[in-house]
Amino acid sequence: MTDGNKKNPGHQGKEIDRVSGVETTGHEWDGLKELNNPAPRWWLWVFYITCIWSVWYWVVYPSWPTLSGATEGSYGWTQYKKLAAEQQEIIDRQNAYLDRFKKASFSQILKDKELYAFAKAGGSAAFKDNCATCHGTGGAGGPGYPNLNDDDWLWGGEIDTIYETILYGIRSAHDDTRISEMPAFGKDELLEAGQVEQVVDYVLSLSGKGGEHHGDLNAGQQIFEENCASCHGEDAKGLRDSGAPNLTDSIWLFGGDRASVYKTVFEGRKGVMPTWVDRLDKQTIRQLAVYVHELGGGETREASASEQAAPMEATPVQDESSASDEDVAPSEVAVPDEGEDSIDEEDSSGVSEPLEETAVPVEEAAPPMPEETETNSHDGE
Amino acid sequence: MTTTVADTHQEYNYEVVRLFTIATVFWGLAGFVVGLLIALQLAFPDLNIEPYLNFGRLRPLHTSAVIFAFGGNALFATSYFVVQRTCQVRLWSDGLAFFTFWGYQLVIVMAGVGYLFGVTQGKEYAEPEWYVDIWLTIVWVAYLLVFLGTVMKRKEPHLYVANWFYLAFIITVAVLHLGNALSVPVSWTGTKSYTVFSGVQSAMIQWWYGHNAVGFFLTAGFLGMMYYFVPKRAERPVYSYRLSILHFWSLIFIYIWAGPHHLHYTALPDWAQTLGMTFSIMLWMPSWGGMINGVMTLSGAWHKLREDPVLRFMIISLAFYGMSTFEGPLMSIKSVNSLSHYTDWTIGHVHSGALGWVGFISFGALYYMVPVLWGREKLYSMKLVNLHLWIATIGIVLYIAAMWVSGIMQGLMWRDYDDMGFLEYSFVESVMAMHPFYLIRALGGALYVIGALIMTYNFYRTIKGDVCEEEYKTDGVLKGAVA
Repeated sequence: MTDGNKKNPGHQGKEIDRVSGVETTGHEWDGLKELNNPAPRWWLWVFYITCIWSVWYWVVYPSWPTLSGATEGSYGWTQYKKLAAEQQEIIDRQNAYLDRFKKASFSQILKDKELYAFAKAGGSAAFKDNCATCHGTGGAGGPGYPNLNDDDWLWGGEIDTIYETILYGIRSAHDDTRISEMPAFGKDELLEAGQVEQVVDYVLSLSGKGGEHHGDLNAGQQIFEENCASCHGEDAKGLRDSGAPNLTDSIWLFGGDRASVYKTVFEGRKGVMPTWVDRLDKQTIRQLAVYVHELGGGETREASASEQAAPMEATPVQDESSASDEDVAPSEVAVPDEGEDSIDEEDSSGVSEPLEETAVPVEEAAPPMPEETETNSHDGE
Repeated sequence: MTTTVADTHQEYNYEVVRLFTIATVFWGLAGFVVGLLIALQLAFPDLNIEPYLNFGRLRPLHTSAVIFAFGGNALFATSYFVVQRTCQVRLWSDGLAFFTFWGYQLVIVMAGVGYLFGVTQGKEYAEPEWYVDIWLTIVWVAYLLVFLGTVMKRKEPHLYVANWFYLAFIITVAVLHLGNALSVPVSWTGTKSYTVFSGVQSAMIQWWYGHNAVGFFLTAGFLGMMYYFVPKRAERPVYSYRLSILHFWSLIFIYIWAGPHHLHYTALPDWAQTLGMTFSIMLWMPSWGGMINGVMTLSGAWHKLREDPVLRFMIISLAFYGMSTFEGPLMSIKSVNSLSHYTDWTIGHVHSGALGWVGFISFGALYYMVPVLWGREKLYSMKLVNLHLWIATIGIVLYIAAMWVSGIMQGLMWRDYDDMGFLEYSFVESVMAMHPFYLIRALGGALYVIGALIMTYNFYRTIKGDVCEEEYKTDGVLKGAVA
């Protein structure tokens, strides 16, 4: 406005600000003026220093693009070299134990304080990143996902058995997977609706359930013996070679209320555990086997052979697996933390040995560890 | 000076500024509330309402609402206000100015509705699909025309520094938007499009855009705001004209290269990472130039901080600006970045800038403008301004402190290997460890929302023409009158 122009008589008469004693630039906008202070010296200097530092950095590190690539920097730094060096540091830490670990059998690992700690540390890390999604961080499982802390095992609770389960999975895509299927008795019309009801009542009665819905238990028992006992056993305590659960305890994978059990019988169940042999390094899987075994419910051959007189008649692939783990308190069986002494297992041959040998081709085992490290360190950055 | 207001009141287009001001407050509240909701969703995942109100869809709604709806409307409002007053002319075209208002609101609504229905380009801060991008381009060109036209017919011989910053903001955002939004629609009747870039080039273009959205939208634009409202409110001349020139040009020149620091330790070639990092370091002082100039403008008027909570808003905003523009270069250093990247530290950094700097300078400007725009002598209540100030400040401090702790903790947990070479923690353990800090963050956000509600009430009463008489009687020192 003209008003503004009057206050801006041009460049000549520069006004002095009364408060600071500094002259203004002589302009005014809507009452706003500017002092003609110099930029603070420290500000300029810090700016210069950051520029000089940047130039130095450009000399040392890869920086400016050229026609054929980019300047490489004075000491050849690349992020890939840095990654490799950092991975090597981690690999070295593992290598301090890995060699011995590869050569040791499971029973030896359980007896060796260091190897045991190594296996548990590696197993714990791998478990939390791979298994916890279904089994929970602490291995407590959930509906459809077995609790690994208790001593109730579907396919067996010895290290070797657990190892095989992790390797090939259950109903997984692998050829060697553990496989069995609970038929859909109702859906596929293997049983009539009434028969399903009866057998459900019978099954519930086995663990003291059944409640208000008492049907004809004798009829149910007969149906059970004809249809179910081949897998679950005459005594309904389960068979491990078919992964058939014990139906007499109070542990239910898919829920123990009547509706859930009915659903199980009517529609069948086929939970899947993936195969890990192609995804994790074998040594990692061995660590996992030790870790899961040590979660609380692991079994030893010793315990199954001597303490339990195999109350159920199993036809195990692993002849020693017939223990009814339900009855074994975990503390009696599992290896206590520092418990070399409590492992009385002398036998280091048998099942575990051949498995391990195939498992550990040396040159294969070295890189796979880093593979895991690598993905993890990516996450971390 | 005070007479100019009365003289020119009729000659300025305040109507469109009023509209943008109301939109600023409205979208600000909306954006803050959505922010609070998603903060709570992180703490309590059950609050995710599938599919429309889950975190994945609400998060861009929040960021777009606060940056582009709240921040954008604040920039429109203040830039139209400032360019008219410092050029002493009415806006170049009323029609086009009103078009920018309604057009920009349409951009916001189209973008927001799209997010809720899952329509997104998936590019951070550039989520809207092609049809919104085209419409925004039209609106933005209109904005540039209105602003430039007004500048061209100015009655002042020189261009005030605030306008340089506004102009740099408008032009550069146009360039960034056009570059990053280049995409090919799948069909003219569908919403989906694909960017013309791919692989690491796409990532680099995205962060060239993303970082400069911070640089030119949230920094340059709001520095324009600062350069008008701080000296105006303090009634003091800008501290140093020379500093303003130096830091303007160095900021403009250097900022544009800093984007690659968002892609440290990725497929981006080493040389590009190096340049991004070094330019970020060099950016430190150019950024601080604005803070120095703003804060030093108060020399000779420090006592006003005791009396005037509006000025306090502005100075605290400059303090947050200084802090986050120091933190930014720090976090761009590769070794720091390898700890901070992908953690909550980044979220905290963004919010010290957004809540502290962008939010507070906007609140300060709004508190100044509202009585002027509606022809009121003063704000309804200065005490409420003060209350807003402290509640919001405590909210910000809680927010960023929680994010510092949780971010650094997260980073340390992710990289922690034990002596035997195994990861000490799994990812989910780091998530569990963050829970208490998510709660603190949500509390901070809630305080910020409460502050904004207090401001809204204060504006409502002010616009209605109310004045809290007792307050001004009993507390004579409180400076209510403006301009």
